[in-house]
Amino acid sequence: MKQLLNRRNFLKGGLAATASAAVLKNKKTEAHSFEGYPDGMGVLVDLTRCVGCRSCEAACNKEQGLPEPAKPFDDFSVFDEMHHGQKRRTDETAYTIVNRYDVPEIDHPLFRKIQCNHCEEPACLTSCFVNAYTKTPEGAVIYNPKVCVGCRTCMIACPFYIPTFKYSSAFKPRIMKCIFCYDTRLKDGKPPACVEACPQEALTFGKRTDVLKMGKQRIQQKAGKYVDHIYGEHEVGGTAWMYISDVPFDKVGFDTHVPKEPILNSVKEFLGIVPMVLTIWPGLFVGFHLLATRKDKVKEMKEAEDRNNNDEKEGQA
Amino acid sequence: MRTRKKIVRTAFALAIGTVFIVPSQTWCMDASDAPESVTIDTMSDLYGPVEFDHLMHSEYASCQECHHQTTGEIVVDPNCGRCHHSHDENDIVSCSECHEADRFNKTYLKTLENPELYHFDKPGLKGAFHLNCVRCHEITSGPTGCQECHTMTEAGEKRFNTGSYAPAKGTASSGHEH
Repeated sequence: MKQLLNRRNFLKGGLAATASAAVLKNKKTEAHSFEGYPDGMGVLVDLTRCVGCRSCEAACNKEQGLPEPAKPFDDFSVFDEMHHGQKRRTDETAYTIVNRYDVPEIDHPLFRKIQCNHCEEPACLTSCFVNAYTKTPEGAVIYNPKVCVGCRTCMIACPFYIPTFKYSSAFKPRIMKCIFCYDTRLKDGKPPACVEACPQEALTFGKRTDVLKMGKQRIQQKAGKYVDHIYGEHEVGGTAWMYISDVPFDKVGFDTHVPKEPILNSVKEFLGIVPMVLTIWPGLFVGFHLLATRKDKVKEMKEAEDRNNNDEKEGQA
Repeated sequence: MRTRKKIVRTAFALAIGTVFIVPSQTWCMDASDAPESVTIDTMSDLYGPVEFDHLMHSEYASCQECHHQTTGEIVVDPNCGRCHHSHDENDIVSCSECHEADRFNKTYLKTLENPELYHFDKPGLKGAFHLNCVRCHEITSGPTGCQECHTMTEAGEKRFNTGSYAPAKGTASSGHEH
């Protein structure tokens, strides 16, 4: 008779698997306190310096080979545009956008540049189940269209609403987002095109740790000029692009309610269960099934044996 | 007649003396030492060179308002003055001697890692120009639009999709108003 799954062995195996899964899970949680790549680059954006010239938008468009804009880049009527009641945002034709904010307390308009903030622990990367995203040691969050299946989970995961979907090529899925000019510049140690184009040096490129220091120095030296906060130092666990401003950040469109820890931290408990469900549950339920149908099988095998014996006997006779 | 000649001679001697003595006393440059006009063309690409009317600007502002910590005048920024009141840097006049034209190149960024360097946040040349000019122009209602100081080159029109490279449906507005 064929050896069927023994109940004792099955329970033993199940216990071992659960224990190992628990150990693995703990390890994952511990390995999680990632402080970012030490030599990762960053950009400090000084909102007090930006004059809204849109040079960065123009430079980005050419560097990334993006489509021709609807309006010239020296047309400033775009600042008055509203789309569905909202100011302009990045889309499949523009990786970066400058918006104007009229803050009543200040006699001049303020401008804010929007692009991917290149999180230290990106939520898009965490959410992507085909690993289309990579955080490079240089600091860029880059995207691989070859493996993308177009599920657009990253668009929902991003706390800054940056990844956009190229709806014009839905059958060849493609997410469009700023990649820190990784391919053409950053990997050779060069600043992104927008930084190079900025006439006011509102964008300062350097090692993330260095530009962070610069931000702190500016806040300290020009006492009272800046809000004592660097947006992106701790937001969502830290971002490569950081901002300093002379008005509270929520007045210039920043989401000040984003968590001060990586988005991953709020979902890792759940994500930790996923591998367990995927590896242990199939074994467990197959086991239950086998146990439940064990008697039937034994019976079937016995019947088959009896029939064989009968056949043999008949053959002999 | 003799007394008149004497007076003229004395006046002449005094005039000569003034020329020699006064500068050596304060060791200070004067707007008249500077060229009337300066062509800023080191970085011109998208925009053509800027003809900077130095004489006109020297009437609006004192030297040290732009040439901070240089030209021998008293340093305006007290923070700079802590070190730069009697150093060689005071003899530097040209912006580009302190402000790096290629501000973000790898080698220059490396030099900023020196822990003893105080000026690790010194703007590059382009930043120094614009931060200095635009800030003052905003206060004094001077020109602040890009093309009020610069003429855009063809490369610039191509970059900004404007002029002869304007999108078919687009409308170009001239200048940038704050």
